Amino acid sequence: MAIKEPERIWWKPFTRDERLWVAMALLWMMGSFVFMPVYHFIGAQNPPSETYRVRDHEKFRALVDGMVAKYKVGEDKGVPVVKPEPGSDVFMQASMWQWYPVLELEKGKTYRIHLSSMDITHGFSIQPINMNFMVVPDYDYVLTLTPTTAGDYYIVCNEFCGLGHHLMVGKMIIK
Amino acid sequence: MDYRICSLTGLKINKPAEDLIKWNMVTAILFLAIGGFMGLLMALTRWPSVHYLDTSHYYRFLTLHGFDALLLWILFFEVALVHFTSAVLLNTRVVAPFSAWIAYALMLVGAAFVNIVVFAGKADVLFTSYVPLKANGVYYLGIIIFAVGAIVAFANFFANIIQARRDKAYQHSLPLGTFGLAAASIIGIVTLAHGAVIMIPVFFWSIDLIKYIDPATYRLVFWGLGHPSQQINVCAMVAMWYMTAGFVLGAKPVNEKLSRTAFVLYILFINVASEHHLLVDPVLSSWHKIINTSYVMHLAVLASMIHAFAIPASIEVALRNKGYTKGLFDWLKNAPWGNPAFSATFLSIIGFGFLGGTTGVIFGTEQFNIIRHNTFAITGHFHATVVSGTTIAFMGGTYLLIPYIFRRNLVLPKLAAIQPYLYAIGVAVMLIGMMAAGTYGVPRRHWDITFSNAIFSFSFDPSADMFLSMMGVGGLFAALGGAMFIIISLGSIMFGRKIQ
Repeated sequence: MAIKEPERIWWKPFTRDERLWVAMALLWMMGSFVFMPVYHFIGAQNPPSETYRVRDHEKFRALVDGMVAKYKVGEDKGVPVVKPEPGSDVFMQASMWQWYPVLELEKGKTYRIHLSSMDITHGFSIQPINMNFMVVPDYDYVLTLTPTTAGDYYIVCNEFCGLGHHLMVGKMIIK
Repeated sequence: MDYRICSLTGLKINKPAEDLIKWNMVTAILFLAIGGFMGLLMALTRWPSVHYLDTSHYYRFLTLHGFDALLLWILFFEVALVHFTSAVLLNTRVVAPFSAWIAYALMLVGAAFVNIVVFAGKADVLFTSYVPLKANGVYYLGIIIFAVGAIVAFANFFANIIQARRDKAYQHSLPLGTFGLAAASIIGIVTLAHGAVIMIPVFFWSIDLIKYIDPATYRLVFWGLGHPSQQINVCAMVAMWYMTAGFVLGAKPVNEKLSRTAFVLYILFINVASEHHLLVDPVLSSWHKIINTSYVMHLAVLASMIHAFAIPASIEVALRNKGYTKGLFDWLKNAPWGNPAFSATFLSIIGFGFLGGTTGVIFGTEQFNIIRHNTFAITGHFHATVVSGTTIAFMGGTYLLIPYIFRRNLVLPKLAAIQPYLYAIGVAVMLIGMMAAGTYGVPRRHWDITFSNAIFSFSFDPSADMFLSMMGVGGLFAALGGAMFIIISLGSIMFGRKIQ
């Protein structure tokens, strides 16, 4: 009994039902175990892992500002809209409580989007397609992104970052 | 030695063990009352048409909700189970009552520190307190003191069973319930040590003695505490399922080898599977994430699959032995559905397995995590495991133990008979609403998903509103069921008819 000491010898062979159930469960689990790495290679839907250390926030900010100065095509609600060259490195800066700048990207072209935070941890959540990545200060997280559908996308912060958390909305325009 | 014989179970109950169980249980229930009330405020705020709290109170009470309902209620209850399974089930004594009381005092002081500093508005950092978000030093100090107390409490478990062996309180093997708590205590000590490893430097950082804590390292070690410590809850909850089936129905584990192997699988394999929180983080390589979250996690899931077979099987065998042998399901029809200890256990098995476990395995997949990470669906997942699993199991455990330990009958027995159903249904509706809203991208821990004052306006698919309202309605029922539990349990402890 679960509440009493078991009999002296409890290491007994499994019955048929138990063998069947455990075999099924084990097979299922092993299937999942094998398929997870396999899908990493055949699925091509993986979260990226390319990361660089950011030792100085000002250096990342300088890269953002350099990109804004070079590729600015307008403004949206006071935030510069940047149209970088396809294939280029694009820098997105998170801080309390703004995504900077607004990006204008071309459909079908590939970009390397660098994400970093100037202060605390933020969450990079692209809506309405609902893809989510973390933005951790002192690290540059590189998303290699190829937009496939034109339209306006919004970047919602989904990691708590203080009282203005709900004000932190950015924008990406895919043309 | 100071013992009494329980007239209901025949167990020999040691006075210090009885007192420790009483105090830990009552403390647990009081923190559930605070944490649960905060939960109601959360549901009322995230229900779009109600949107009750203002911004700062929402995040403040969310911090408190996580701490009181997830950590304090569950861990104080588990310490009560530590003493119940190591001293009472073995008909022996608490070896070092003094150190057990020290553990209780440390846990209570730590808990009070955190509650006070959060209420005072000095630690609006949420349960995870991701560095470099900074709280007042008292917050981290409280967590450290609490964790040290909990480690001492789990260490007491081992002292008790070693002494029980010397006293010949058991001959060869521990009862399965005690074995389950042994697994819980091992995992408890390992994971709480992770907590100490990261919270001690963070405390020094918060009082400016250390300059820098790496945010990514914090996330890694924090989740070495955060997720594996839920396996303390799983082990204690599963042990509670076995024990309730044993006490209420006289059920015997169908195969001790099977059930014990499953507990060992938890100990061996769950502690590494913590990186599904970090699947869309920078820093860790893909292989790091794949190995941590696939191979190791699935062997722990296997353990849950084994218990999912073994416990219903033992209940079926026990009921068939009582003579309910007609057809395939006569035993199920004649199970004691009006006994809240039994019904809570049954509901907990269903809720944990079908809502909590399955969603956990799915959301923890490398690719799928991209569309679920930090959405409300995650909140739904862990409410399925921790509320509809652990909390309901422990509510059943409270109903079971009040007559044995407090020697009182339950007050309002008719209300107690329906309480687990009301609570379980409320929680299920709430968390299915959360999960469904999460699929539309609605973020967790977010005060205003209409972004009304943000520079860019964006609105989620209107269906999300419907599911958030569903969450709110479910939350109301859950809060009602929770309030009933608090009234029945505390009422019984204070005013229940005495059992001789």
